[in-house]
Amino acid sequence: MSPSKTFATASRVLRQLSHDPRTVALLFVVPPVLLTIMKYVFEGEPQVFNGIAPMLLGIFPMVMMFLITSIVTLRERTTGTLDRLMTMPMTKLDFIFGYALAFSFLGLCQAFISGGVMLGLLNVTVLGGAIPTIIAVVFAAFLGTSLGLFLSAFATSEFQAIQFMPAFIFPQLLTCGLFIARDQMAKPLQWFADVMPLTYSVDAMKQVTLHASWTNELTRDLIIVASFGIAALVLGSVTIRRQEK
Amino acid sequence: MTIAVKIKNLSVTLSGDVKALKDISMELPVGRSIGFIGPSGAGKTTLIRSIVGRLKPTAGSIEVLGLPAGDAKLRDQLSYMTQELSVYPDLTVKENLRYFAIMMGHTKDTNTIIEEVLNEVDMIDKADSLVKNLSGGQKQRVSLSVALIGSPRLMVLDEPTIGLDPVLRESLWKLFNKLKTRGTTLLISSHSMDEAERCDDLILIRSGKVIAHGSPSELKKQTGTKTIEESFLSLVGGEPE
Ligand SMILES: Nc1ncnc2c1ncn2[C@@H]1O[C@H](COP(=O)(O)OP(=O)(O)OP(=O)(O)O)[C@@H](O)[C@H]1O
Ligand SMILES: [Mg+2]
Repeated sequence: MSPSKTFATASRVLRQLSHDPRTVALLFVVPPVLLTIMKYVFEGEPQVFNGIAPMLLGIFPMVMMFLITSIVTLRERTTGTLDRLMTMPMTKLDFIFGYALAFSFLGLCQAFISGGVMLGLLNVTVLGGAIPTIIAVVFAAFLGTSLGLFLSAFATSEFQAIQFMPAFIFPQLLTCGLFIARDQMAKPLQWFADVMPLTYSVDAMKQVTLHASWTNELTRDLIIVASFGIAALVLGSVTIRRQEK
Repeated sequence: MTIAVKIKNLSVTLSGDVKALKDISMELPVGRSIGFIGPSGAGKTTLIRSIVGRLKPTAGSIEVLGLPAGDAKLRDQLSYMTQELSVYPDLTVKENLRYFAIMMGHTKDTNTIIEEVLNEVDMIDKADSLVKNLSGGQKQRVSLSVALIGSPRLMVLDEPTIGLDPVLRESLWKLFNKLKTRGTTLLISSHSMDEAERCDDLILIRSGKVIAHGSPSELKKQTGTKTIEESFLSLVGGEPE
């Protein structure tokens, strides 16, 4: 692995997006707009909104980075660019980590914007403060990117890649504790949620919301999220083959 | 005469049990332009992908510049232009080249390299255009220019001149011949017969088999025909499938 190749890959990916301002705008504008809508949906129950807004902040980057990453990497696989790169003196890890770096950076920008809107304009109180919030959001973005990279290997068309969203992300969304506390769900669903990464990403946001100090649970959640992310990246690099069949 | 590519009894079976190459053998000398000529579906791309190490042979062996195909040490000595565009449409020409140059290990003097290869394909005036806004032939030339980075010893080009006008084709062949004098070996696939005439050696491929191997004049003499097209047809004519 070489840092210059990893960084060059990350900056190439960001440059590609920078030539597509509409995507970038959607990436940064949609989450705060959705948060604002939620605020008014819960107008009668501001306490409820205060509880779910931070969780949503952890879910947005995960879902969006998952979608974007799976589509761009699928494109690399189908348009010949990956083919060409794999005959060049770069490693698969340069490629994979380049992507992870680029989208985690985007996640960071997204976290600043949505976090700023949430804390500054929508008056959500997060006891843990802004910095842990942003850290947890970046971890969520990293997770989404890694899962997108990994799962894109199993899609042969963009239609399939998009379908992975409802197939892999929705079940996690339903059981992650956003809609109802996890211990209120049927037992099998609790077991399911226990082994799904989004659960921990959402739990991290809960910890940040409810505790003024950095909790052990928060550390545990972030370690689990990061481990899932790294595992997905490693598996993702296995799905990229230098030599096929 | 040194050998650039040595293929022994190569067979490649693709998914769906497609036998894309059937027991092919050949020795390709250094410093020549070698054309893989054959109809669509003949197996040209499969052969090329095997040589650059992207496809694992089902049987047989391939040696490239003295190393087994796919060897890591080959990665900075060969370049591969795929049949698809294999450049990023949402980057500018320059951004594409800079990225690939760094991947090839050129972190210094990238600007000089970029200028050089763009001059070779006459695309310097489009350096700052997004690839997706270029014409088909211009995109093709950008893709070719990536294969020129770092003066590779072996260039493997899958249909590099398809969709180009005769003037441009002529100038690219001048470039190919210039590269040859530096000792570069060029493997070029094509189904155009007019392209075939320009190669030093031809490998005629049909249904995954090599049906003839020789220089254009040898092949014409052998079949008693005036053009490569005729000799190809006469070679094919004898054996349906
Ligand atoms: N990914 C694949 N999976 C299964 N079969 C394939 C695959 N790619 C190509 N084939 C088959 O292998 C055979 C050789 O294909 P190949 O792409 O090598 O032909 P080609 O000579 O390059 O044709 P063209 O001039 O159209 O590019 C064809 O019969 C094709 O249908
Ligand atoms: Mg082909």
